[in-house]
Amino acid sequence: MPDERPFPPGEYPVVVVGSGPGGLQTSYCLSRLGVEHAVVSRDESPGGMFRRYPIFQRLLSWSKPDSPAEPGTRAYEWYDHNSLVADEPEHQALVPGLMDRSFMVPSREEMERGLAEFAARVPLPVRYGCVWEGTRRDDDGRLVLVTSDGEYRARAAVFALGVTTPWFSPIPGIDTVPHYVDCREASDYRGKSVFVIGKRNSGFEIADGLLPWARRVVLGSPRPVQTEVIAQASVRVRYLQPYEDAALGGGTFALDLAVERIERRERGWRIVGNGTTRPGPVDLEVDEAIAATGFSTPLLDLDALGVRTVAQGRIPAQTPLWESEPGSGIFFAGNATQGAPGLRKHGVGASSPAVHGFRYNARVMARHLARSLGMDVPAERIEGDQVPYLLEELTTAPELWAQKSYLARAVTTEGESDIVPLAHFVDDAGPDAVAIAVEMDEEGSTYPAVYARRGGEIRERLLPPHLLNDFRGPDYERELRAFL
Amino acid sequence: MATTERDELVRSLAGLALFADLGDPDLEAIADPEWERRFTEGERVLRRGLSGGGLFVILDGEAAVEIPGGEPRRLRRGDFFGEVSTLLQCRPTADVVAASALHCLEIPGPELEAFLLQYPHVTYRMLQTVARRIRDLLR
Repeated sequence: MPDERPFPPGEYPVVVVGSGPGGLQTSYCLSRLGVEHAVVSRDESPGGMFRRYPIFQRLLSWSKPDSPAEPGTRAYEWYDHNSLVADEPEHQALVPGLMDRSFMVPSREEMERGLAEFAARVPLPVRYGCVWEGTRRDDDGRLVLVTSDGEYRARAAVFALGVTTPWFSPIPGIDTVPHYVDCREASDYRGKSVFVIGKRNSGFEIADGLLPWARRVVLGSPRPVQTEVIAQASVRVRYLQPYEDAALGGGTFALDLAVERIERRERGWRIVGNGTTRPGPVDLEVDEAIAATGFSTPLLDLDALGVRTVAQGRIPAQTPLWESEPGSGIFFAGNATQGAPGLRKHGVGASSPAVHGFRYNARVMARHLARSLGMDVPAERIEGDQVPYLLEELTTAPELWAQKSYLARAVTTEGESDIVPLAHFVDDAGPDAVAIAVEMDEEGSTYPAVYARRGGEIRERLLPPHLLNDFRGPDYERELRAFL
Repeated sequence: MATTERDELVRSLAGLALFADLGDPDLEAIADPEWERRFTEGERVLRRGLSGGGLFVILDGEAAVEIPGGEPRRLRRGDFFGEVSTLLQCRPTADVVAASALHCLEIPGPELEAFLLQYPHVTYRMLQTVARRIRDLLR
């Protein structure tokens, strides 16, 4: 039978690996720019991690069916963190339409359906069942991706691999413990005492899922839970119930614990460690142990091509434009784009691990990639007074709200306007221009920031916050004009 | 591979004078995955005039401090920078640029106070370094 799948092995300007939200968004953006590319995926259908995770079924990020902005518009994107973004209104805002409104965060199935619907409607062809197995560089500098179907040659590759490969912290005995991905049905833990190694999203997700079943749940990891951060983050959906239970002494414990070793017993496990925030030995016998120690990006042999990692080997390190190093042609999309930290002002990271952040990374990267392939990608043109335009963008641009202090709206004196990484704007020489970004300080206060580039020098001005986040009034106009 | 790299991060921290008094549980707590940073040669790490930075400790590689009109100064493994702007909550007066592939730990500004109070031995060693710098300036 002939193979009817698209993108047979061969030569393409760009190859995209992956069919999760990062891969699909990248493919969409490249298509709209007219960049010829192949998309290959080891999966059999679109959706990436959302085909399997989160295990306990509900996402952390909101999609609000009713909001101050009309679904299908650009402004609405800020109220819908889970749909992929498109130029055509009919391809926009697909996830909220599939939600049953029992929560304002979608279930895993609703999310998977939204992604599949996007891929089908656009449509976005993918060569499914094609496993990327290795990479090398040819004598002419091209990348060669070796797959189960054959070799792909390309000037650039975009790896949208997800961050879903189980990762274990280096604790003696942890190899005997099932990882989060191998967690069983919640009812299997009925009446059991469970130790969860890890106090991040997946640890608390497990704890929350097991609360109605387990006899006792103890979470442990060296660093304390940052309650002040949780209070302002969407992760509270997962965190607060087990944390409240722990705080009130309801049988759940969230320990700041450096686990020294784990011993497999005939029935269950023994957990031995030392308190960090509050010193003291801990020695626990439990029926079940689960390693919610995180995930990594499956980079295979990319280290041989110069790809470095951060987050203790789990995430590829990247430039502000999500390339492994300038000119390498090795780009990343999706969750792994968290490996580009940006300015991280006041320690606040970008939303790159989430769809609502990385969907814009993909769009900006696709434009950069198209230009680096020699294509003409015109910037938007702003005629006349820039001040009202900049303040309108500060108030409503979803890119700036989703990617605080990471993505900026930059406008040259000539009126050429583009969304760019802020780090790229402040570090790269360029024409006189102004860039605006939405930022957040350590108290969780959101304020607009303005950066002026004149003769290669950068000046920064932070504007005051507004109670209703509306920066369009005469006071802001006056202040922005005075600065510019 | 990943497990080894985390071990390496903890070992790398343990080998720095700044963290020499800390035991493994503390080092593991400090080896926060979100604090690890890598920069390519020529990339700016600390930016003159921009608010909101953190304290950087060099784990590997070299950085150059660039003060307008001043002599560039080299920083190496074990050196730290960004402490003045972070402690005084002011904008840095110098650029720090990666002079090679650079591997750092960044303690975000808002977390530095709690960090220094939690690890007084680190604070003491940091004070010694700052005192040495003042002595060198006064010579």
